[in-house]
Amino acid sequence: MIPELGQLALSLALVVALVQGVLPLAGAHRGDEGWMAVARPAAHTQALLVAFAFGCLVYAFVTNDFSVQYVAQNSNSALPLHYRVAGAWGGHEGSLLLWILMLGVWMSAVGMFSRHLPEEMAARVLGILGLVSAGFLAFLLFTSNPFDRLFPAAADGRDLNPLLQDPGMVIHPPMLYMGYVGFSVAYAFAVAALLSGRLDAAWARWSRPWTTVAWMFLTIGIALGSGWAYYELGWGGWWFWDPVENASFMPWLIGTALIHSLAVTEKRGAFRSWTVLLAIIAFGLSLLGTFLVRSGVLTSVHAFAVDPKRGVFVLGLFALTIGGALGLYAWRTARIGLGGSFAPVSRESMLLANNVLLAAAAGAVMLGTLYPLVLDAVGGGKISVGPPYFEAVFVPLMAPALFLMGVGPLARWKRASLPELAVQLRWALGVSAVLGLLLPFALGRWSALVGFGLALALWIVAAALLTLRKGLRQTRAHYGMVVAHVGVAVFVVGVTLVKGYDREEDANMKPGDTLAVGGYVFRLDGVRSVDGPNYKAARATVTVLRDGRPVRVLRPERRLYTVQEQTMTEAAIDTGLTRDLYVSLGDPLQGGAWLVKAQVKPFVDWIWGGCLIMAIGGLLAATDRRYRVTVPARRETAEAMA
Amino acid sequence: MSRGWIVGVFVALVGVLAVGLTLNPREVPSPLIGKPAPAFELPLLEAPAKRFSEKDMIGQVWVLNVWASWCPPCLQEHPVVTALAKDDPAPVIGLNYKDESANALAWLKRHGNPYRLVAQDLDGRIGIDYGVYGVPETYVIDRQGVIRYKHIGPMTPEVVRERIRPLVKELRGAG
Amino acid sequence: MRARLAALVLAVALAGAAAAAEVGQSALDKRAALLEQELRCLVCQNQTIADSNASLAQDLRREIREQLAKGASDQDVKDYMVARYGDFVLYRPPLRARTVLLWAGPFLLLALGAFFAWRRVTRRRAAEAELPADERARAAKLLE
Repeated sequence: MIPELGQLALSLALVVALVQGVLPLAGAHRGDEGWMAVARPAAHTQALLVAFAFGCLVYAFVTNDFSVQYVAQNSNSALPLHYRVAGAWGGHEGSLLLWILMLGVWMSAVGMFSRHLPEEMAARVLGILGLVSAGFLAFLLFTSNPFDRLFPAAADGRDLNPLLQDPGMVIHPPMLYMGYVGFSVAYAFAVAALLSGRLDAAWARWSRPWTTVAWMFLTIGIALGSGWAYYELGWGGWWFWDPVENASFMPWLIGTALIHSLAVTEKRGAFRSWTVLLAIIAFGLSLLGTFLVRSGVLTSVHAFAVDPKRGVFVLGLFALTIGGALGLYAWRTARIGLGGSFAPVSRESMLLANNVLLAAAAGAVMLGTLYPLVLDAVGGGKISVGPPYFEAVFVPLMAPALFLMGVGPLARWKRASLPELAVQLRWALGVSAVLGLLLPFALGRWSALVGFGLALALWIVAAALLTLRKGLRQTRAHYGMVVAHVGVAVFVVGVTLVKGYDREEDANMKPGDTLAVGGYVFRLDGVRSVDGPNYKAARATVTVLRDGRPVRVLRPERRLYTVQEQTMTEAAIDTGLTRDLYVSLGDPLQGGAWLVKAQVKPFVDWIWGGCLIMAIGGLLAATDRRYRVTVPARRETAEAMA
Repeated sequence: MSRGWIVGVFVALVGVLAVGLTLNPREVPSPLIGKPAPAFELPLLEAPAKRFSEKDMIGQVWVLNVWASWCPPCLQEHPVVTALAKDDPAPVIGLNYKDESANALAWLKRHGNPYRLVAQDLDGRIGIDYGVYGVPETYVIDRQGVIRYKHIGPMTPEVVRERIRPLVKELRGAG
Repeated sequence: MRARLAALVLAVALAGAAAAAEVGQSALDKRAALLEQELRCLVCQNQTIADSNASLAQDLRREIREQLAKGASDQDVKDYMVARYGDFVLYRPPLRARTVLLWAGPFLLLALGAFFAWRRVTRRRAAEAELPADERARAAKLLE
């Protein structure tokens, strides 16, 4: 009964979404206030209906209702409760419902915090979100219904994929989807502006906090996914340039460009058409990611079960939403003015350069991800594009962007002076260059790449601190920018040092054997059997010694999940500010020996720490006072033209 | 400035993705097609003292089917292999891949032995030479000992009807 | 005395040889590990041979180490893999006619972006000289 109620709620939500998509847009076009007024209540109703349906699905999981096909495929009565809840988004259907739920949350939020918008604008934004939502609800109901019943009901479920039985599963997908879906708001603002022909600084100001919040969620979501892969896959890698990872990284790069471009549009009224284009592309890449993950066109460790019908449907949605918006863009933006002028050396020009670099980087990721597909489609054979390619093209594109991060915030709007900048930055430049040259020696072994990476990180921090010293008006948004940039620097330190000084060894070890890795000695004390709720495990006890003294005891496991007959490596990690000790247990070998892999990963946690700091910076910027205070629309327009 | 080109790029992207939907990303074509079959000399499963080499088949068109008793898709494919062997357009040789003799023999006894003979690749080295990565795999080799066709995964009756039989016929006809 | 000296020399020589062999071994391991990270496992297709636990990946790791021990170069090993599985096994696609766009693409995009950006900067300034921004905006409004 409950699943049927959920399905009913979804069907009603589709109807409401269609109403929300049609009436307010038509109302805004005709200037009919009654029709426009439908937008907000419809958005809230829709969000409530979807939330109710989602609750029904979770209920089916919690109560082990294996007469629901999706539950039977993704859960098991032995599965712990929190994984049963998370199991609701452990497969294609439920995760799509989560996607739609997030869209509902965003829509409802826009409905609530859009009182200061002109009624017409709010109606258009909500109308467009309604249309997007209708498309995805139709996708869910017609190709991937999570409430489909199974006759007869299964005795027990096939269990959640063991890879997903992890606290990461509880929090990573909701965060990631909040980010992905959040770009739909930026998209809706962009399309609404194109429809109204009103692309100005006010539009940028309205759209900016939404974009920043979406970017913040995406940053956290990606970082969580990376951290999860790091400890769960058991190989110690933190980024694999897997197509699905790339699918989330592309919108992040374009979203980052968009945040910066929006700043120029808001402050100076420039880059308007470029900003609109970025907003459309950011959401387009979110949809492209959805397509890549759910259609089976690319193989990936993360991909969902393949169904070509779904692929066609998502591709259709992608073509309609993004194709339509780009068509509108091509048609409408010819009339947009150029906005405020600026000199070749100015804050604007540096932000433009930053945008070009970020867009090229996103293009490179897209090229590497899709090239094998394109080549295959034109009959050019199969190739693989992997980490060596991405690292080779990514570093040269990102290094200048990191350098610009130091200069940009100090440059004046409109016209900056190079000599003045040089004077301001000479100490930052000198200190970071010298330390970059020397620090690798202190860390053990000189390497040009490590020195370069550290110098860039120091440069960013030093320059960011300089902007605080300057006698400028210090807003919360400015602090947000400084914090986010410091986060990037922390991230760069982590990546550089892990790449440069990572140590790993593997060996066949019997109890009592030792393995020396990067100044530590790992001693296998023994292996014993342990039973978990839905798995059996071999648990090793590994004592880590430094200078002959034990410093840590780690207990890596090798688990056999009994329902799916899948073995999993549960690495044991000792997390530290300056290094992680990482031990994973491989296959049992003959004569009581085990394959043991031990790694020492310097500063690896700085990677995720940096992402968290970036996200905090985003939150600070998005909650700046000026986005919360209603400013008369007219003054903003005037400002934009000044 | 006209911005129509952006729409053009987008349409091209959607087109490529649509074509991509019809492709199988997991299937990797073999670079060995058109190359001489890699040389081997392996013991026979049923008579380990005797040995079999791909050179023994020079002058004949033949089919090499890689299988193992531990591989469920091989069992799924078994009736198709049996039908092919029965029709006998060309001798079907088995390559038992990374298997244990006892298991392999028991498997053949239980399900029937469609193979003219079975060579045994215990450590999988010959499999590597043939680029095997997903058992079962099937090769069609011509009179000169050149690989002409490779099928990855279980053969279906359609594959045999539409690809393998016509090819074998053509190769035999070609003198 | 002489015999003891000879024994000592022999012992030192042996220890040296053993140490050299050990260094050789670990250098070989490093090369093998680097190679394994650039090769794609075909069974579980989104992992490197280094990361994969599939039995084929284990066989290939063994094969790579054996070949390196026999004196094969890195390129020999890659050629060996490509001959059997095609370019698909290489995570670093080789530069060929059909991959030129892949390798040049990011930098072409950058050049294109730089070109557009430069044109914007200069054109904006030229336009500026003719008509003040607010007037143009007003004109655009009127035209709508």
